Amino acid sequence: MNLLSFFTRNRASTAKERLQILLAHERSDRNGPDYLPKLKNDIIEVIRKYVPGAGDKVDVKLERGADISTLEIDIELPGPQAKPKPSSRAASPAFAR
Amino acid sequence: MAKIIVITSGKGGVGKTTTTAAIGAGLALRGKKTVVIDFDVGLRNLDMIMGCERRVVFDFINVIQGDAKLNQALIKDRRMENLAILPTSQTRDKDALSREGVERVINELKNDYDYIICDSPAGIERGAHLAMYFADEAVVVTNPEVSSVRDSDRVIGLLASKTRRAEKGEPPVKAHLLLTRYDPDRVARGDMMKMEDVLEILSIPLLGIIPESPTVLKASNTGTPVILDPNSVAGKAYADAVSRLMGEQTEIRMFQERRGLFQRFLRRTA
Repeated sequence: MNLLSFFTRNRASTAKERLQILLAHERSDRNGPDYLPKLKNDIIEVIRKYVPGAGDKVDVKLERGADISTLEIDIELPGPQAKPKPSSRAASPAFAR
Repeated sequence: MAKIIVITSGKGGVGKTTTTAAIGAGLALRGKKTVVIDFDVGLRNLDMIMGCERRVVFDFINVIQGDAKLNQALIKDRRMENLAILPTSQTRDKDALSREGVERVINELKNDYDYIICDSPAGIERGAHLAMYFADEAVVVTNPEVSSVRDSDRVIGLLASKTRRAEKGEPPVKAHLLLTRYDPDRVARGDMMKMEDVLEILSIPLLGIIPESPTVLKASNTGTPVILDPNSVAGKAYADAVSRLMGEQTEIRMFQERRGLFQRFLRRTA
């Protein structure tokens, strides 16, 4: 009986937990502007400043958790063949120039 | 001076129009002069639920645009002398609804009625915004289901920030929670969030719990507000909600559809 009720009660309590986590975030975000698009543009600008030829391949993901949230930023840099010709020493785009 | 109440939810299909019809009729039954206004421009439906769809000549938009007098557009209910319906337009674009126009109509109604009930369209666009803008109180219609609760939370936020009361720094719009399509059996089985869960999440006072009931569909089929069906548990629950809306301190009763013999048998063997 206990095992049964554990499984059956799960569905409604899952709904409640999901809502509580989501709404806590949505309520705190409500008053502030959505900064993620701006953040993404700023990051692209900074990357371009240091890495010539860098495109706009920046992937920003936000995972919302109950206690902490993680911001995952994935930046794709150009490979060696995309580099400007003259310098042949630099091994990675980060050291070009 | 009328009290302006918006029936809102964010999500569609949760029972706003059913609730508007039931509460409007319920207040009229209690002797209050009541007018119900349909704000869902383009998707007129309150007239059907109220059973006066064949008597619509002029509408809310005609009045706002000066093509008709308010009294020409108001439809007096044939069952209750205290009740009137202001239907919306079916064809014109949503921009036809202007804040100034809505304000003018509401101000004109304010002197003649005790309650003005605004039936909000789903969503948070213009129609929904204007339906809540002038409200003194709000009935937030919510199903015990994740997307409905989330949308209700959003709407509660809008009531606190995007209404005339909020903009003028007056006392905030008083929001009440009306839980609809509640199924105590599914709650007992753990398939549906219970009333306490939804209350804890949304944290606004509870106006009532309307049980899932086939009488709601029957009522809409015939164009009768469900509160007029003496055998409907949903109607009884709405009557309780109306009492609380009028400020009476009645306890929340949990109504439940009586199962037929066959269903009871099924439950026992399940």
